[in-house]
Amino acid sequence: MSETKTETAAEREAALGGIGCDKRRKEDARFIRGQGNYIDDIKLPNMVFGDFVRSPYAHARIKSIDAEKAKAVPGVIAVLTAADLKPLNLHWMPTLAGDTQAVLADEKVHFQNQEVAFVIAEDRYAAADGIQLVDVDYEELPVLIDPKKALEDGAPILREDVKDKDEVGQGPRRHPNHIFNWQSGDKDATDKAFAGAQVTVKEEIFYQRVHPAPIETCGCVASMDAVSGRLTLYGTFQAPHVVRTIVSLIAGLPESKIRVISPDVGGGFGNKVGAYPGYVCAIVGSIVLGRPVKWIESRIDNISTTAFARDYHMTGELAADKDGKITGLRANVLADHGAFNTHAQPMKWPAGFFNIVTGSYDVPTAHVTVDGVYTNKAPGGVSYRCSFRVTEAAYLIERMLDVLAQKIGVDKAEIRLRNFIKPEQFPYNSCLGWEYDSGDYPAALKQAMKAVGYEDLRKEQAEKRARGELMGIGIATFTEIVGAGPSRNCDILGIKMFESCEIRVHPTGSATARLGTKSTGQGHETTYAQIIATEIGIPSDLITVEEGDTDTAPYGLGTYGSRTTPVGAAAAARAGRKIREKAKKIAAHMLEVSENDLEWDVDRFTVKGVPDLSATMKDIAMAAYSNLPEGLEHGLEVVDYYDPPNMTYPFGAYICVVDVNRHTGEISVRSFYALDDCGTRINPMIIEGQVHGGLTEAFGIAMGQEIVYDDMGNVLGASFLDYFMPTAVETPHWETDHTVTPSPHHPLGAKGVGESPNVGGVPAFSNAVVDAFAHLGVTHMPMPHAAWRVWQTCHELGIDK
Amino acid sequence: MAKTDIKLTVNGQEAAGSVEPRTLLIHFLREQLGLTGSHIGCETSHCGACTVDLNGKSVKSCTVFAVQADGGEVLTVEGLAQGGELHPLQAAFAEDHGLQCGFCTPGMLVRAHRLLQENPDPSDAEVRVGISGNLCRCTGYQNIVKAIRNAAQAMREKEAAQ
Repeated sequence: MSETKTETAAEREAALGGIGCDKRRKEDARFIRGQGNYIDDIKLPNMVFGDFVRSPYAHARIKSIDAEKAKAVPGVIAVLTAADLKPLNLHWMPTLAGDTQAVLADEKVHFQNQEVAFVIAEDRYAAADGIQLVDVDYEELPVLIDPKKALEDGAPILREDVKDKDEVGQGPRRHPNHIFNWQSGDKDATDKAFAGAQVTVKEEIFYQRVHPAPIETCGCVASMDAVSGRLTLYGTFQAPHVVRTIVSLIAGLPESKIRVISPDVGGGFGNKVGAYPGYVCAIVGSIVLGRPVKWIESRIDNISTTAFARDYHMTGELAADKDGKITGLRANVLADHGAFNTHAQPMKWPAGFFNIVTGSYDVPTAHVTVDGVYTNKAPGGVSYRCSFRVTEAAYLIERMLDVLAQKIGVDKAEIRLRNFIKPEQFPYNSCLGWEYDSGDYPAALKQAMKAVGYEDLRKEQAEKRARGELMGIGIATFTEIVGAGPSRNCDILGIKMFESCEIRVHPTGSATARLGTKSTGQGHETTYAQIIATEIGIPSDLITVEEGDTDTAPYGLGTYGSRTTPVGAAAAARAGRKIREKAKKIAAHMLEVSENDLEWDVDRFTVKGVPDLSATMKDIAMAAYSNLPEGLEHGLEVVDYYDPPNMTYPFGAYICVVDVNRHTGEISVRSFYALDDCGTRINPMIIEGQVHGGLTEAFGIAMGQEIVYDDMGNVLGASFLDYFMPTAVETPHWETDHTVTPSPHHPLGAKGVGESPNVGGVPAFSNAVVDAFAHLGVTHMPMPHAAWRVWQTCHELGIDK
Repeated sequence: MAKTDIKLTVNGQEAAGSVEPRTLLIHFLREQLGLTGSHIGCETSHCGACTVDLNGKSVKSCTVFAVQADGGEVLTVEGLAQGGELHPLQAAFAEDHGLQCGFCTPGMLVRAHRLLQENPDPSDAEVRVGISGNLCRCTGYQNIVKAIRNAAQAMREKEAAQ
């Protein structure tokens, strides 16, 4: 029983491959061999393929749909329209935001490429043939694209289905195109702060409509077994359990008769949180035909119909004293949600956590309003690599800090140092109601400034300006709010946003863990195993992690909003600790001592003062099934449901340096330094990878991405031909760094990191571009900073020649 | 629609099938041969998830007709490992964290394989240009570039040792 200690504790710890090591990823073995199992790889016997007839118009009445010619196409099996779904009451479906969304257009289309009919055929080629022959007669209606015009008197009414309703799920509304008004903060106190301010600044800041665009689009395979009455739904789901509940609610099937499987998912970034018409149509198709139905989105469908993000028209205002110390903040937002309010956020938060907009700064008073409106655009919006509107909030405050610095003539690093929440103020209660858990913002910025040689860069910039050259230095010292979330204020469909983990330790000393989250590339099979290895002393190589099957995993709310580490990893750690508690009782029995005489030692319990007398977890595992003290149940398995007491607040200090060609407007990113503090670091290699990827997505957003609509509501640029996707050539080199300020309330002290680089990256790029023009009086330039737009600024300033 | 019989070599093995003239090579590989390693990420030849080697050149198999590959030689990600041993590129991608969701990885690996045939010792900049037809949303490319260069070095060393 007591093994000879041939290895030191450090050696045994290294052998675990636990928290803190650069463990290579378990999932890579299949991915590098082309043996991943993604949604389009799933092939079931007798499976058919469905695809959509989509509207060419942004706003039109459907006068008739004639599918006869399509049905005659060889291979076409059925064509579903709203009229077919109506008897099942599935032509509309509830959204996560309390609104309703058309599954197939019912009498009217509300945006271009909206789903009008679903053609089911033997294969995708026959489906495409059928789609061509569905004849839809439309009567065009006036199109509303500009959200500012949406609330005008006499504006075209888009949603006739809800035009007489006082509310559409998120509080009172004041116009048929109005969705909600949401406010946070103290208006009177803020007005007072502005009235008495020595300095005020104001800027109109638009965060354009973008799309997460993972390389794998959305899709599903629905398979209804008519005999058992069981539906299996495979799909690209970031939140499989939530999908099961939604399907149960809208299809009227008990959840025990629904199995949702999320196989390998080729990136999500928020795109794969929501429920889309394709899922419903595939399910209905399978129920009607008794055959599995596959639906796979095309790229154009993906960008033009599912899950856009942002589209926030923001006005930011700061009040400050003459030294730049902020005394008040105002933010007013017009939020374009498109045709249906299908945002995917905790339900009580129509504007997400936008009231994190005071950022890393000690702002005494603030007031925020957000109005959501309908337009003839694709519905949304989702949080694209973002914890619910944090990216918009961080962009606004980080831009406004620069605007204020320019107004009073203070350096952009200095304005931040003067306004930071001080380390001794944590836990810090923001004026908009958040309790920041921990942070050391000045230390992070100073470390960043030192690393990039900030003073020298400013000197170089001054010299260049004297020569007429443009160089910009962008700083972003952002704070995130992630880990939704505490049950007191976070739910989806009333279900609290906890996270879960089940661990089973098997007799011969290995373990299986199942979780309610779902990796879409973050490496959960590896990182959860590392956490559990450290907690239960079984090597991570012997711990199999499973997610994405609702038949086996405990209920969880899924992966988005950087919630896996703050919530899921906490559940994993606590489940591990519960295993250890029981293991301790077994060890005491094995060693014939009292529990109080035992201490945990990496992978075993040792009798205090008798280091040679110990029981390893491997031995305890077998004893759990073979040699138990009286009164203890057999087995070694637990489930933990973790309700976080608070959000976590990762932060960072990013510095970007750009050179701008004033003749062409081209921007070259000379360097980008990213310091992230995500608390305890579980796998530094994976963290760095997340930062690289998030910064690259931020680069795409800041420098080129925008989903543009013309006046007719035509979406311009919904393919990779037009929608900017950074290649390896444009993408800058990333320099990463970190500080570690653990979260005091998280079992591991970890905070989450996946979204930080997107949240902080965008303002760092944008601030760098604007900074290049700051000496010429420019305070803001709208994103994306594509060369032609930057050139326009150069041209207006007369410096392009 | 009338079908045409095609015969080709895929990953060193004879393969045959009957396809419509419009059948894309990617669909033939994935759906008729069951080689699902190559993926589809767009319809416009931009993302490169479907990249395979056709007659010694990288092609986007979502914009090549299967009939165009008739009589040709195709290499997909499934053909990279030899005799149960990973290709140095596969090993380097795993070692250097050159992948996350894994969806672009097969196309990226097959493209990198061709790139290193063309240039066994590429610089960072040459790698970046060489893989610019393959999009990745997760990694920011930095570790992919590192992996390709490390694999190139391993391949050169192996060559020199032989």
